[in-house]
Amino acid sequence: MPTVAPLDLDGHCVAACWLAGIPHFALADGVIHRLDNGHKWVEAHNGLLAAMPDADGKRLVTGGEDGKVLDIGADGSIEQVAEIGRKWMTSVATGPRGAVAFASGKTAWVKLPDGKLKELVHPRSVEGLAFAPKGMRIAVARYNGATLHFPAADGKPTELQWAGAHTGVTFSPDGNFLVTTMQENALHGWKLADGKHMRMAGYPSKVKSLSWSAKGRWLASSGAPAAVVWPFLTKDGPIGKAPVELGTRGDAMVTAVSFHPTDEIVAIGYADGMVLAGRVADQKEVLLRRAGNGAVTSMAWDAEGRRIALGTETGDCGVIDVAG
Amino acid sequence: MAQIQTQIPVTVLTGYLGSGKTTLLNRILTEDHGKRYAVIVNEFGEIGIDNDLIVESDEEIYEMNNGCICCTVRGDLIRTVEGLMRRPGRFDAILVETTGLADPAPVAQTFFMDDDVRSKTKLDAVVALVDAKHLPLRLKDSKEAEDQIAFADVVVLNKTDLVTEDELRDVEAAVRAINPAAKIHKTERSGVALNEVLDRGAFDLSRALDNDPHFLDAHDHDHDHECGPDCDHDHGHHHHHGVSPIHDVGVTSISLRGGEMDPKKFFPWLEKTTQMDGPNILRLKGIIALKDDPDRYVVQGVHMILEGDHQRAWKDDEQHESRLVFIGRELDGERLKRTFEACQA
Repeated sequence: MPTVAPLDLDGHCVAACWLAGIPHFALADGVIHRLDNGHKWVEAHNGLLAAMPDADGKRLVTGGEDGKVLDIGADGSIEQVAEIGRKWMTSVATGPRGAVAFASGKTAWVKLPDGKLKELVHPRSVEGLAFAPKGMRIAVARYNGATLHFPAADGKPTELQWAGAHTGVTFSPDGNFLVTTMQENALHGWKLADGKHMRMAGYPSKVKSLSWSAKGRWLASSGAPAAVVWPFLTKDGPIGKAPVELGTRGDAMVTAVSFHPTDEIVAIGYADGMVLAGRVADQKEVLLRRAGNGAVTSMAWDAEGRRIALGTETGDCGVIDVAG
Repeated sequence: MAQIQTQIPVTVLTGYLGSGKTTLLNRILTEDHGKRYAVIVNEFGEIGIDNDLIVESDEEIYEMNNGCICCTVRGDLIRTVEGLMRRPGRFDAILVETTGLADPAPVAQTFFMDDDVRSKTKLDAVVALVDAKHLPLRLKDSKEAEDQIAFADVVVLNKTDLVTEDELRDVEAAVRAINPAAKIHKTERSGVALNEVLDRGAFDLSRALDNDPHFLDAHDHDHDHECGPDCDHDHGHHHHHGVSPIHDVGVTSISLRGGEMDPKKFFPWLEKTTQMDGPNILRLKGIIALKDDPDRYVVQGVHMILEGDHQRAWKDDEQHESRLVFIGRELDGERLKRTFEACQA
């Protein structure tokens, strides 16, 4: 039986994650909480807007209302990556070999592995950032599409056009596909080899959470009363294929999804705080957490795939032990 | 922890550089009016107050890929409001300041079209600051000045000390010609009482038009002649005689009056009209008397977005009549009047 170790915090959890095997909870007020032989915390920002752990799961990169980008260690140590003044730092991303990217307004910055800072100015606001899994390549979600940069080189960026506002972006784990979330209730995808479009629409609300399965065969998404899981099994991805729906409920929307680190199982978080696990192969479901106070905002599996760190809008966070 | 989800009221403040916006903003941020405001500004600029509830945001217009202008929203507001609302309890209300060049429609539409924003906030009122001295020039050289007045629920006609009485009368007539439904306050140095611009409930159907009992009353905005409320000559077309010497008719208003309406005719008509003329309709507001209905029905709209509800019972001394105003461009007043009147019971 799954068990939940609750951690009741006061405020919206922006990101739940694991750093060096320790569950961390980054709250919108700027405090980063962790469960490391007891409840500990560190005040990082006055207002936190974005957070993403690095590829090794050792450090957390955060962006704040204070215009700062910080790098936070599992021991609560804080290193400042950048400070741009009073403007909000709305997106951060971590990439291979310690690369970090962050954005405010129309500008994105990339801190390359050699420590050099590269500024990338766009005609419109940078809404989302993601590094490609390999090579020093970064994608920017923007109005009317996405822009791909090789920040280590001075080449011309690749522009991917699709009308509408793109608010978030992710590369498939093999680097062959780019998928954006949109202001309208849809995802958009590009097959990078030939620029072929993939429209993934039909959601009743905006998609805010995306998660790839370990080998990139599936992409799970929130924004519907079920986790909508798109197949990327062939070279054309989901073109012409229907998604799998997991954990369909009549009374609550899915607000967060997170794929297991090795198995094709998705943790599905709902607007009422409930969490289910759904298996893609047979669509079996298991209840992991009963409804709580508020919507699930973020979930992360530990490296072994045994425990899930869970954050919500209302601060009733915790760690789910799947095996119990 | 029990959560009571209340919608935070949002006031939109429009107006050109030099109209007194910063002065008003500074008053709202410093005066004791019992509410804490989070303020979204285009530039920190001259706001002399250091407050972490002042957020700078680049105006960013997002059209949906259906191309409909009525679905156009402000992307930066969606992002900023979402961020602010993750830390509720720090403020009671939000104020959005726009630049003089901003189109107010996407600002207002953001609060209706985006589900996340709409679930957490509600538009309270659009307040336009107008510089009495420079309005004539602004109306000649920009569409935005006109749009801002057309969109406003409250117009603060500021810097009245810089113009003569005659000039002020012309400026006021110009504002009225564009927007007969707005409440006008004449001030110097943005000295309007804050309760006249904050917490107005102008988009709240249960309150809308109620704090303006003279909504569309003829004598309220008629400068050509004297007449009492019972005067029966044609007040239905203010676009004819509302034109002022300093405003050459880009935005017009069509004020319609009628008796009790047949709901089977009125609602399809209103829907069809807003579908057809939506892009040209900046605002619409109305109080409708429906046949065999003891309650007032109030409607309001922004482009194609339409909201309507039963508001309250007609009072004994109130005449059961329907009043509707369209503010917009290239509106066919004759057709609107004819088709509106055909909906009468």
